[in-house]
Amino acid sequence: MGLRIIVVLAVLMGVTGSPTTTVRPETTSVDTAAHPNSIPETAEETGQNEVFSEEEAAEDVMATGELNPNHYPAQRAAKVVQHYLTTRYGSPYRLFGLHRVHSGNAEDVGDSGRKYQLEISVHEIISNTTQKCSAEVFFPHGQKQESPQVQASCEELLNISTKAQEEALYQQYKMNQTLLSAQNLPDSHGHIEPDVKPLWHLGIVASSFIMLKESSENTLYNMAQVANITQLETENEQLKFDCHTLLHDMVSQEILHWKLLFAWSPAEGVKVLQMEQLPHCQHCEKPPNTN
Amino acid sequence: MLNSVGLSFMLLLSAVGAAIVERVGYDYYKYHPMPEITNWMTQMEKDYPGVVSIVNYGKSYEGRTISLLKIGLNTGEKKKAIWMDCGIHAREWIAPAFCQYFVSQILQTYKTDPKMEQMMKDMDFYVTPVLNVDGYIYSWKDNTTRLWRKNRSPGPAGCDCYGTDLNRNFEANWGTIGVSFDCCSQTYCGTKPVSEPETQSVMNFLASRKDDFLCFLTIHSYSQLLLIPFGHPDFTANNYDELMEVGLGAAEAIRKIHGMEYIVGTSPAVLYANSGSSRDWARMQGIPLSYTFELRDNGTFGFELPEDQIKPTCEEAYSGALHIITYTHDKTFNGAVVTAAATLWTVLLAVGVTGANLI
Repeated sequence: MGLRIIVVLAVLMGVTGSPTTTVRPETTSVDTAAHPNSIPETAEETGQNEVFSEEEAAEDVMATGELNPNHYPAQRAAKVVQHYLTTRYGSPYRLFGLHRVHSGNAEDVGDSGRKYQLEISVHEIISNTTQKCSAEVFFPHGQKQESPQVQASCEELLNISTKAQEEALYQQYKMNQTLLSAQNLPDSHGHIEPDVKPLWHLGIVASSFIMLKESSENTLYNMAQVANITQLETENEQLKFDCHTLLHDMVSQEILHWKLLFAWSPAEGVKVLQMEQLPHCQHCEKPPNTN
Repeated sequence: MLNSVGLSFMLLLSAVGAAIVERVGYDYYKYHPMPEITNWMTQMEKDYPGVVSIVNYGKSYEGRTISLLKIGLNTGEKKKAIWMDCGIHAREWIAPAFCQYFVSQILQTYKTDPKMEQMMKDMDFYVTPVLNVDGYIYSWKDNTTRLWRKNRSPGPAGCDCYGTDLNRNFEANWGTIGVSFDCCSQTYCGTKPVSEPETQSVMNFLASRKDDFLCFLTIHSYSQLLLIPFGHPDFTANNYDELMEVGLGAAEAIRKIHGMEYIVGTSPAVLYANSGSSRDWARMQGIPLSYTFELRDNGTFGFELPEDQIKPTCEEAYSGALHIITYTHDKTFNGAVVTAAATLWTVLLAVGVTGANLI
């Protein structure tokens, strides 16, 4: 039992990765060669649970082969695709959520890692539309934590044009007399003032780079909150922002604090310039001496 | 005589006025701090005498009372019961909101819905709106405490951090998987099983009554899941098929309300393995239908679910909970009705026969 606990702790500690990293201006992730999307017909009307309701194969520890789309291995890999799409296509007017996993498959790639193939639906939050995607996620199994690699093909991802809105926002922020700043997005009650929503969206896109980078088969990242986002002086036609973001890892239930420096323009999208994990303020809570 | 009529009329008016003020006064679609929830509980007991009573069943680490509302149409007998608790994790604010909504719903519908009236006659509902009182209050303190999860007991000697994860602290394969022994961790399971006063309160209340309880629902957020026992991958509940079937029925009922998908399964299958959960402990005590509800959303807002989603979340979760409760009731009581009827006929026949003989 002692060994089991050590394994559990080791897994949990493996989640957080290196505390300080500096990232060069973002290199584009591997892009997909178009391949035909053969999306199998699923029980759309009757709901997600119908697909695999009977037995659960004892597969989950090292999930390989055909995956139950409702089980955590496929769900975690699919969440990584969400983060990838957000880094790639996200903007103040385009954000993604995972809607459903339709099917999944996993196979070991020798000793180097495990590859997942997924058919999923993603939800574009701002236009409230859903679309299907095929994706591949490769989780490297190395000595140290490495980022997953993702390829995704979504049919109609960029159908709804956000160019005009992005351009308008960009001009507005560039011309600001005073630099923008906002805190606690969303606030404790889930509220975000409409005029700072674009800042929240930018914070989410930038944070997705971290969530993507830090993801593994043993994590499930979501945004917890943008604690602070501050506009800095525009540089090279890029709007620049400093951001303190809180990420929630569902598996460990921990809240991770990260500091980010990022740039945005409609032409270039979001580019993370620096990222750094902040230690959580443990000493702030030190109990009084009870001797 | 006119004076007494006038006096009665004035009393009637004030009673009506008071009732209207109460109904308009409490907003179930906003998040409420602990003092408001406590006041609301007192008000419920006042407004529904003989139907709602407050039971104080424990104390938190910081010495606050842990209370539940016992709701049922009093038949004067020992009754079967349904358990629901909310807010075992402080930051999951939608959960206490749901418990309050659930209470208001059953109290509203039993007057006009014969099925609900029957269920309230046959069973008592024990609803704890906020189990982790200290944690919940702490999460309301300021912007830096909003995402607190655990209770507020200090760590063991030498520890720099507060709090035990109450949902890892129950005596159910305690400390075996999905926990941390680091006292600063969000899943710290405590110094030993049931080390925490909040856990003890639940255990003490239920342990002596476990044969009465048919159903145990523990409400959390977020992820949109209905989780069944057990959290340990090596253990399967002997009524797994029933738990899945009823759970899938509940998920379908949820989907019909606002189209939201809730995935059904064991924790190790659909979320992660864990041990020491209240759901598992309840199942091990023999309570057959034991579920963890993980409410909205799927990560867009997470713990800070906007208040404009309280209503739809509560409506769908109510539908799901009601499905499970109705199944539990019908499984237990339709059979009993048949038995009672058969007994009655047997008695009547016996009387008839002997009566005939006597004549």
